[in-house]
Amino acid sequence: MDLRPEVLKPPRVEVGLLGWLKKNLFSTWYNALLTIFSLAFIYIVLRVIITWVVHDARWEVVVINLKVFMIGRYPREEAWRVLAGLGIVVFLAALTWIFRGAKGSPVKRWLMIGWLLSFPLIGILLRGFSRENRFLPLVSENVWSGLLLTLVLAIVGIIASFPLGVLLALGRRSKLPAIKVICTAYIETIRGVPLISVLFMSQLMLPLFLPPGLRLGTVMRALTGMTLFSAAYAAENVRGGLAAVPIGQYEAARAVGLNKVLVMALIVLPQALRTVIPAIVGQFISLFKDTTLVVIVGLLDLLGIAKAVTGQREFIGLHQEVYCFIAVLFFICCYAMSYASRRLEKVLGVGER
Amino acid sequence: MSGEGVSGCIPFKGVDMNQRAAMDEHRSVVPFWRNERVLKVLAQIVFVILVLAVGAWALTNYLERGLKFSYSFLDEEASFDLAEGIEFSPTDPYARAFLVGVLNTARVAAIGIVLATLVGLVTGIARLSKNWLVSKIAGVYIEIIRNIPLLVQLFLLYFAVIMKLPQIKEAFVLPGPVYISNRGIVLPWPRVAASFGLWWPFLVVALIGAVALLIIRGRSLKHTGRPSFNLLWVVTPLVAVPVLGWLLIPGNPLLLDLPEMVTKSGGVLKVEGGTALSSEFTALLLGLVVYTGAYIAEVVRAGILSVPRGQTEAARAQGFTNRQILSLIVLPQALRVIIPPLISQYLNLTKNSSLAIAIGFLDLYAVSQTMWNQSGRVVEVFFMIMASYLTMSLTISFVMNIVNRRMQIVER
Repeated sequence: MDLRPEVLKPPRVEVGLLGWLKKNLFSTWYNALLTIFSLAFIYIVLRVIITWVVHDARWEVVVINLKVFMIGRYPREEAWRVLAGLGIVVFLAALTWIFRGAKGSPVKRWLMIGWLLSFPLIGILLRGFSRENRFLPLVSENVWSGLLLTLVLAIVGIIASFPLGVLLALGRRSKLPAIKVICTAYIETIRGVPLISVLFMSQLMLPLFLPPGLRLGTVMRALTGMTLFSAAYAAENVRGGLAAVPIGQYEAARAVGLNKVLVMALIVLPQALRTVIPAIVGQFISLFKDTTLVVIVGLLDLLGIAKAVTGQREFIGLHQEVYCFIAVLFFICCYAMSYASRRLEKVLGVGER
Repeated sequence: MSGEGVSGCIPFKGVDMNQRAAMDEHRSVVPFWRNERVLKVLAQIVFVILVLAVGAWALTNYLERGLKFSYSFLDEEASFDLAEGIEFSPTDPYARAFLVGVLNTARVAAIGIVLATLVGLVTGIARLSKNWLVSKIAGVYIEIIRNIPLLVQLFLLYFAVIMKLPQIKEAFVLPGPVYISNRGIVLPWPRVAASFGLWWPFLVVALIGAVALLIIRGRSLKHTGRPSFNLLWVVTPLVAVPVLGWLLIPGNPLLLDLPEMVTKSGGVLKVEGGTALSSEFTALLLGLVVYTGAYIAEVVRAGILSVPRGQTEAARAQGFTNRQILSLIVLPQALRVIIPPLISQYLNLTKNSSLAIAIGFLDLYAVSQTMWNQSGRVVEVFFMIMASYLTMSLTISFVMNIVNRRMQIVER
């Protein structure tokens, strides 16, 4: 037995850049190997991308067509209306941001009314009244295209589908078997088939089932399809929120003497809807991505415009530039939204009990 | 309890007839529009009538256009050609064309599910890697892929990558040989030879043997709590019997069909032999795998993170080896969390395969579109599409729910 005091080795460096490197990149031999491979991988990928972006890509196709990507076939002399609509949204968003801290102040109520009014207002602004109107001549929704159409489809889709989704969710949770079965069947059928089938159906089958006098344009038909599709998903989100409201809330409200409709409208739904806000934002992001599918039924949304641009003679063969631009645009929008929704979740305290 | 019930009943029994009649009368005073029972039935009847009315209205509009509903067109000659999938000629009926579409969708979905699971598993684990760089690369991949619409990715892959590959005469040749060109990929592929007829009984025997061993092992595991032999022994017959068969029978039952470049008459180059993946199939498969893989990676990561750290620590304290901790402690618990969202990712992949139509892969939708354009039977074809997708979705959820139930039992 050796009883001499053990001489300890100096401790490993665990602070500073060197310590960080040792801990996170070179802790074992295979980790070091992985690090070297990863570095090589990153180097190759970055080199390919940067040489292409800086040298080979012909970005003039994007620069020349920037307006086309944004508003597509919207008449150029009326483009100010799109900008004005955007201005309203930015103005309201800025006000909302400034007064975000003011709880219960009357400004908030006015802002709420402002938001509610802004949607029909922007709709009228974009569409105009009639062909003869001097100030706002008609711009039929069938010529809306580009990013404008993508946004309109996504925003109108989510807003219109929400009330329908709430009704479907309530129907699915109903104790009345006939209502429950029909609502469940609708939700599950829509969720079981791809969006493309709903879009095709609204484009091809809807006109067959409508009376001959009633004709909808392609954009309206696509909107109908998106709304019907999105409603089924909204219903499932809302159902989750309804399930999260404790049963005691129902019972207490009933005990106080509210009837069933009032219990739903005043007690349960407000609580349920608050918890589903993040889920609705997530649904909006995926709906925003899904709007690209209208290309398949022949609409000119952002992706449809991109496809049309690559078909022009002077820009033939420039698929890489155009689609990369579209991809980056979508990435920025979606990443910003998902970042915002994560922040929102934190603010609302969802998932923290 | 029962005594209480009886004593509670006695005064009620003592209610005299007059009082009872008064109570009945009081009940009947409630008008029917306030009577909850009546209201419930009424609400359902009104709702059903409303739904039926909308349906009937739509149907009369449909019939007023002079349209009929019949599936007789399915037996008619399709008179269009399909370049993808099982053998098809323009003289075949519509029904067979639809079958080609269904099988193409099923093929891309099945291969896609397997590959996406692998990609997702690797990426999900890489995301959790202690190596900072590996974890960040996985994170960037996941974020980029999840924030770009699948259709944009498919367009990028198809128009901006695969269509820009060199033509067939300048095709990339990887060792194998694998030919990569803008017409797709050609891979070496096993081909059944004449002596396969003698060999396949060996395969059946191997499979039966392996299943039998698995059952025996499962029994002893259930009775004694420990397996009577290592899992490797189950694999042994699966490998040994076919190899034995291969050695015993004359000639090779399977031949590797190597692709080669040949010059056809008129100087047209063509790659023959092997199995060819068309450029559309390649783009769709790649797109679906990369896209769904990113989602599955998040599912896997969430599943593994859901197992509390204390579980690993406790197992280590009890002397489990690292492998045992992973296979006995972490995975069974993580799988319980992983499988339900995994099912919905599989369903999403199957549904997303319908985007094939945008890049010209002949899936269910692309074939159906040609069908309704030619026959004018939009509604009938649509019902067939819906039925096919619902069947596929239900099959996947059925199979995965069985797997899920098995995993849930592990819990106890």
